[in-house]
Amino acid sequence: MATKHSRSAARLMMAPAVILLLGWMLVPLTMTLYFSFKRYLPLRGDSLENGLQWVGLENYARFIGSSAFWPSVQATLVIVGGVLLITVVFGIFLAILLDQPFWGQGIVRLLVIAPFFVMPTVSALVWKNMFMDPVNGILAHLWRFFGAEPVSWLSDASVQSIILIVSWQWLPFATLILLTAIQSLDSEQLEAAEMDGAPPVKRFWFIILPHLSRAITIVVLIQTIFLLSIFAEIFVTTGGAFGTRTLTYLIFQRVVDSQNIGLGSAGGVYAIILANIVAIFLMRIVGSNLDR
Amino acid sequence: MARAVTTRRKVITTAAAWAVGLLIFFPIYWTILTSFKTEAQAINDPPLFFNFDWTLENYTLVQQRSDYMRFLWNSVIIAGGSTLLGIIVAVPAAWSMAFVPSKRTKDILLWMLSTKMLPAVGVLYPISLLFVQFNLLDTRFGLIIVLMLINLPIIVWMLYTYFKEIPVDILEAARMDGAGLKEEILYVLTPMAVPGIASTILLNFILAWNEAFWTLNLTAANAGPLTAFIASYSSPEGLFFAKLSAASTMAIAPILILGWFSQKQLVRGLTFGAVK
Repeated sequence: MATKHSRSAARLMMAPAVILLLGWMLVPLTMTLYFSFKRYLPLRGDSLENGLQWVGLENYARFIGSSAFWPSVQATLVIVGGVLLITVVFGIFLAILLDQPFWGQGIVRLLVIAPFFVMPTVSALVWKNMFMDPVNGILAHLWRFFGAEPVSWLSDASVQSIILIVSWQWLPFATLILLTAIQSLDSEQLEAAEMDGAPPVKRFWFIILPHLSRAITIVVLIQTIFLLSIFAEIFVTTGGAFGTRTLTYLIFQRVVDSQNIGLGSAGGVYAIILANIVAIFLMRIVGSNLDR
Repeated sequence: MARAVTTRRKVITTAAAWAVGLLIFFPIYWTILTSFKTEAQAINDPPLFFNFDWTLENYTLVQQRSDYMRFLWNSVIIAGGSTLLGIIVAVPAAWSMAFVPSKRTKDILLWMLSTKMLPAVGVLYPISLLFVQFNLLDTRFGLIIVLMLINLPIIVWMLYTYFKEIPVDILEAARMDGAGLKEEILYVLTPMAVPGIASTILLNFILAWNEAFWTLNLTAANAGPLTAFIASYSSPEGLFFAKLSAASTMAIAPILILGWFSQKQLVRGLTFGAVK
């Protein structure tokens, strides 16, 4: 029963949020696009005041052509894929486990969720030093206890280590969402299947998994968007060395370390395109949910 | 109807669930424990679980080394300021989208969400440039603005999904009774919206507290929050496990407690209402 009056009032109330976000999106994006077509090396005397030289698509070509590009794409895919695999598989397992009746459900839930609230710099440094340090880390103690040679995790198994750290942070998120989804499953359906003699594996495969498919898709999409831009975990552990330089980190290094703004901006445009491809799928799901 | 569960099965599930729970929680437990050890005890082989002299000295050392309190204060101001500012901007927007929807409401909501997916590194230089231009580099105000903007889509979305659940009939009844827009908001809507707003504040405070891209890249000594404070431990000097643990414990304890309260809202907030 919206009147004309309340319509315009509504538009007015929406305006600040819309204008702010529009500015937040358009201003930096335009600047990045602009720089990506320019030669811009502040350390070599290029400056906005003197005008920047237009170089067309050169930065785009050089970013892809550099020897660091494909390894960074590979590192990104391996890290994102590895974390997704671990968090979704263990997340399903944990969600099913935590959905069973047992003593102390509330406390165990809290224990499982906790890593999600640990700030990225803390979890990365705690893992790097107290667990993965090749001399004094817990894992080194454990290895020595079993008579094995301790591993230099962050140099010899760097990508796996990053995957482990990031998975630890994101497993709670996947578990929590999948648990929420499992709890909405109609238990009568499961009981009927059980009475009809369906073994647990079949019940899981034909009832639980299809029921979870939507939640799994959402977990995968949301995590992908966040994982594509993990930064602090690499920044404080390997600093991008030992094959852990992701696309995000490569762009960061181009902009901050080598101060090649044009090249970094071209990389930024690639990253934005990549994120948008994932985003489109997520938005479809979220959007279809709005109509219900 | 709950299924009957045998005690045997319940015992097994309990053991398995607790084992997994404790394993996942172990790094946090170990950090807290180590913060009460001396540096020598912290690296003892075999690891010490209970048989050590508990000490609080690391906490004082951390404060002396780098003025922990100032970083904590920065974190509180930045996370709190950006959340409150975001709420002030988002409440009217979410209110109008939930109660006076138009054909474009859905598009606007989805577009807002899409701004959240912009990879931060893609706009790092422009933002730094603007910060230099407006003298915002290493200021709390600058970070408040940026964190408010990156969390604004989530705030709007969360509020929208909460407001959507408030029955419209009640608003219409109020209108029939002659309530204007002001009375509607003040006396009808606000009391019903408070729980949703509170959860939104809680979750976004946590997200802002833990944000570690902009806080690391846009601050230095002056406005650095706890994320930056902890990052300063990435280039260690001498034995530092116990001090790192004390610093980490202080950085995560407040938010861990808040986070445990917000676990229900977490799902709704981070899936944009797609999973409830």
